[in-house]
Amino acid sequence: MLIDWNNFSPWTGLAGGAIIGVASAIFVLFNGRIAGICGILGGLFRPQKNDIYWRLAFIVGLMIAPLIWQLFLPLPIIYIEASNGLLAITGFVVGISTRYGSGCTSGHGVCGISRLSPRSFIATLAFMFAGFVTVFIVRHVFDYELGFKLDL
Amino acid sequence: MQKHFSNIIALLFSLLSGTIFGLGLIIAGMANPAKVLAFLDLAGLWDPSLALVMSGAIGVGLVAFALAKKRSTSFLGLKMHLPSLRIIDKRLVIGGLTFGIGWGLSGICPAPAFVLLGTGATKAIIFVVFMLIGMEIFEKIESYRKKVSAY
Repeated sequence: MLIDWNNFSPWTGLAGGAIIGVASAIFVLFNGRIAGICGILGGLFRPQKNDIYWRLAFIVGLMIAPLIWQLFLPLPIIYIEASNGLLAITGFVVGISTRYGSGCTSGHGVCGISRLSPRSFIATLAFMFAGFVTVFIVRHVFDYELGFKLDL
Repeated sequence: MQKHFSNIIALLFSLLSGTIFGLGLIIAGMANPAKVLAFLDLAGLWDPSLALVMSGAIGVGLVAFALAKKRSTSFLGLKMHLPSLRIIDKRLVIGGLTFGIGWGLSGICPAPAFVLLGTGATKAIIFVVFMLIGMEIFEKIESYRKKVSAY
């Protein structure tokens, strides 16, 4: 295994992670809610009284984060390699499967594991495993072994 | 009036949590799909950063959720909504696996998708729109299944 020492960022990784933890802590301790983005979004599709605005407020918070950041610092490099078509397909797959599996990286990966939920451990293992295998197939099986690049 | 005021406070905390969450993702580099994919690429030049992001978040989260589990109401007096489901079923595993495939192909999961949307990236708009369509279709299928099983 080769580690990409030029891009590996342990300190900002840990610090950013801790900040994500603080955000989840505030949300559960003050609002009594799990900071799982799919769960927050999911409730908007079968709206109930007094159950809409707190969801929208959290989502708006995520969206204004880069704007607030830019008041002080330029945004770090962001690179989306996937084509528009692939983004449409993967967006759809992510939407349907995070609802079907009751959670994503934030809900299961951060909050669920912090709650010591066995369901979330299993879900996190499942999406990490599938993510590793998918990237391996796209980047190494097609590109190097089969001799052509999957043009995604 | 009192109730109205406490609702607004709760909304502000919600907005604050979302904003801090988003800033954390940016600092961690996780708003950059290329960095997420570099973590998932074990056989290439591997960037382990995402594992440290998870560790940092869970380190703080463990304390917060241990405290949250002991409480019946939040600091603002709201009901605690903690999941109670315990069963590990097919849905959980299949949903996790297919989500992982989508995540591995794009490098984007739902929270960073909204941070990316805030940067105005066209590609993020496409991803989010189709993610919402996917969620809407999930709801349609669920309500259809419920109707069928009610007979």
